[in-house]
Amino acid sequence: MSARAPVSDDVHVEVVHDHHEAGHGSRKGYVTGFVLSAILTAIPFWLVMAEVFTDPRVTSLVIMAFAVAQIVVHMVYFLHMNARSEGGWTMMALIFTIVLVVIALSGSLWVMYHLNTNMMPMSPGDMRNMP
Amino acid sequence: MNSEHNPIEAYPHWWRLLFGRFTIESLPLHEPIVVVTFLVVALGGLAVLGVLTKYKLWGPLWRDWITSVDHKKIGIMYMVLGLVMLLRGFADAVLMRSQQAIAHGGAEGFLPPHHYDQIFTAHGVIMIFFVAMPLVTGLMNFVVPLQIGARDVAFPFLNNFSFWMTTGGVVLTMMSLFVGEFAATGWLAYPPLSNIAYSPSTGVDYYIWALQIAGVGTTLSGVNLIATIVKMRAPGMSMMKMPVFTWTSLCTNILIVASFPVLGAVLALLTLDRYVGTNFFTNDLGGNPMMYVNLIWIWGHPEVYILVLPAFGIFSEVVSTFCGKRLFGYASMVYATVVITILSYLVWLHHFFTMGSGASVNSFFGITTMIISIPTGAKIFNWLFTMYRGRIRFDLPMMWTVAFMLTFVIGGMTGVLLAVPPADFVLHNSLFLVAHFHNVIIGGVLFGLFAGIYYWWPKAFGFRLDPFWGKVSFWCWVSGFWVAFTPLYILGLMGVTRRMSSFGGTEYQPLFVIAAFGALLVACGIGAMIIQFAVSILRREQLRDLTGDPWGGRTLEWATSSPPPPYNFAFTPMVHDGDAWWDMKNRGHQRPVTGFKAIHMPKNTGAGVIISAIATVFGVAMVWYVWWLAALAFVGVIAATIIHTFNYDRDYYIPADEVARTEDERTRALATAPAPTPVGA
Repeated sequence: MSARAPVSDDVHVEVVHDHHEAGHGSRKGYVTGFVLSAILTAIPFWLVMAEVFTDPRVTSLVIMAFAVAQIVVHMVYFLHMNARSEGGWTMMALIFTIVLVVIALSGSLWVMYHLNTNMMPMSPGDMRNMP
Repeated sequence: MNSEHNPIEAYPHWWRLLFGRFTIESLPLHEPIVVVTFLVVALGGLAVLGVLTKYKLWGPLWRDWITSVDHKKIGIMYMVLGLVMLLRGFADAVLMRSQQAIAHGGAEGFLPPHHYDQIFTAHGVIMIFFVAMPLVTGLMNFVVPLQIGARDVAFPFLNNFSFWMTTGGVVLTMMSLFVGEFAATGWLAYPPLSNIAYSPSTGVDYYIWALQIAGVGTTLSGVNLIATIVKMRAPGMSMMKMPVFTWTSLCTNILIVASFPVLGAVLALLTLDRYVGTNFFTNDLGGNPMMYVNLIWIWGHPEVYILVLPAFGIFSEVVSTFCGKRLFGYASMVYATVVITILSYLVWLHHFFTMGSGASVNSFFGITTMIISIPTGAKIFNWLFTMYRGRIRFDLPMMWTVAFMLTFVIGGMTGVLLAVPPADFVLHNSLFLVAHFHNVIIGGVLFGLFAGIYYWWPKAFGFRLDPFWGKVSFWCWVSGFWVAFTPLYILGLMGVTRRMSSFGGTEYQPLFVIAAFGALLVACGIGAMIIQFAVSILRREQLRDLTGDPWGGRTLEWATSSPPPPYNFAFTPMVHDGDAWWDMKNRGHQRPVTGFKAIHMPKNTGAGVIISAIATVFGVAMVWYVWWLAALAFVGVIAATIIHTFNYDRDYYIPADEVARTEDERTRALATAPAPTPVGA
């Protein structure tokens, strides 16, 4: 510590902002985002209304996939997120959020599945049909 | 209140339209304890208002405090709020300890069960949300911008607004004492008990709206401090040169921002169940009360780390300052904090092992819970190794730190014991659990906050706290804690469950009497602390610190004067090393005395307190079903927010000659100050 030459702190420092802040997008970006969102919304509607798949579970899984794609479109075109914006903090926050959401959702599903399997059936229909 | 006959039936239609479900019977005039409390509070309140009027303090109070956007003043207001609420929460604790010391072998005690249920609920809610949270947020608010060499937080107005939203939650909780009643459900209001079918009165609604309104404040203050730490550090202060308290604050605020929305959402679902008859958490029609328990603990477990991480930060600052050494294992401390931040999201199920999950779920969460004790244990060793061969000064903050290490390690060990699911099946819902979490929250969070208050008080006010009364308080608190909670550990092992208002036999009474004596000792500790504040304020000239660095500090907050000027630092400091101020002192730092420039500052605004007041009115209206007022207040909140966006008069410049005047005064003060106490290498 003492090896370093004494540095005068009597320097007028203007706080320098790192110029990696998120941009505010362009007209082209917003239009692309809007068109993609519209398409990604229209397709699930069509899937449900035209009953494209016979199994509703397949439909719901496909719709959820479209929802995830929709989220990505919003983040890229409307929130202007990329790996470099805000000096990488945006990406780090995104990864952290995804980790937490995955933990909370998968954990809750796992826990509630266990409870439903292990606990007595309690819906009124089940109660009425109990021996 | 008896919910069997509904007094509102007797009231005319216009009354219900105007006042919702409020009736004269809602005032607890038939409960002498509450009436006497109300009289005392009312007289005390009138006395305060009288003093404010007599000494013409309303103007200064409004201009310098209520509307202030200065992070230091907001921090101090948070601390005052937390300490006042500590008295309320502790009053509840005294009521519980004395009731349980009396009500044995057929004796009913002085609290009927319904009142007792409200008291333990209020105690838990107040201690977590309105004591621990404001104290933690207050210290972070005060210290973090100073530690990173910033002029204020990133969003000064938002900070003022956050504080007043927290206060709005406090107002609702305190109001429930005298108008209507508070929740009688336990501090997390589990359904189905908290649903409308079983809790039809105002209690749970007060709970919901108090937490929702305060939660907005907490979340926004989390956003604010994250932005402050990420964007406003002094030049040269890379992430790994940040003080440890700033690191733990960053992690705590990340936890706040990630977890409080879950609390808001789960309370919103409960609100829908109670107000519009949805069935998220009811027993039938597809509802599942267990989902509430699951969701609220996804918030609840991170919450305990939200409280304890800043305390760990305080201990880190205190240990390295009072041992005169750089903190041992800075990098491992940071990594341990980050690991705890992530792991705190992986353990929530240990709060309900007994709910009926299978062995694989329970063992997964049991193991993650045990793993989280590893980074915490690493921290303890870091503090011990910092003390090892240090020149330790046993000032009060250091004493609190040693008491913390001894107390918290035992609390941690009982926690690991509870993390074993088969053991938890025996101890769940018992007084052993109650003793465990008080052991970690008092021994960890509260001791840390007391160390922090004593440590940073001179920075906030320019004079030290009186050490004698501080030591009296310290010994009363620490011994009182152990006398109060060791019996609860034993009772828990004997099988006594929590939240009991009376006991059939008399075999438990001696231990409960000992616990009540412990509460008395803690009361002495709180009394001594109040005397300490009073004595210190009276003797402030003798306790005056002119150096701004009374402890031989290591971080940037000690580089400026005590109390710091509104702009904190006349020049933004340059950071070359962790422990920036220590490094500056070692390199023979000379304080700049010329060349001051005008400083750009945010202007005070009343918008925060006004919007929060309207939000609080909204909460009250919702609690009492006064729909017209609720609608009006809701529109009012939105309108006031929009109107505030048109306020362009938001900033001002402190002229250069005023900065020069302030700094010259400091130069003179430093010249007259005694040489700083020499401390270790």
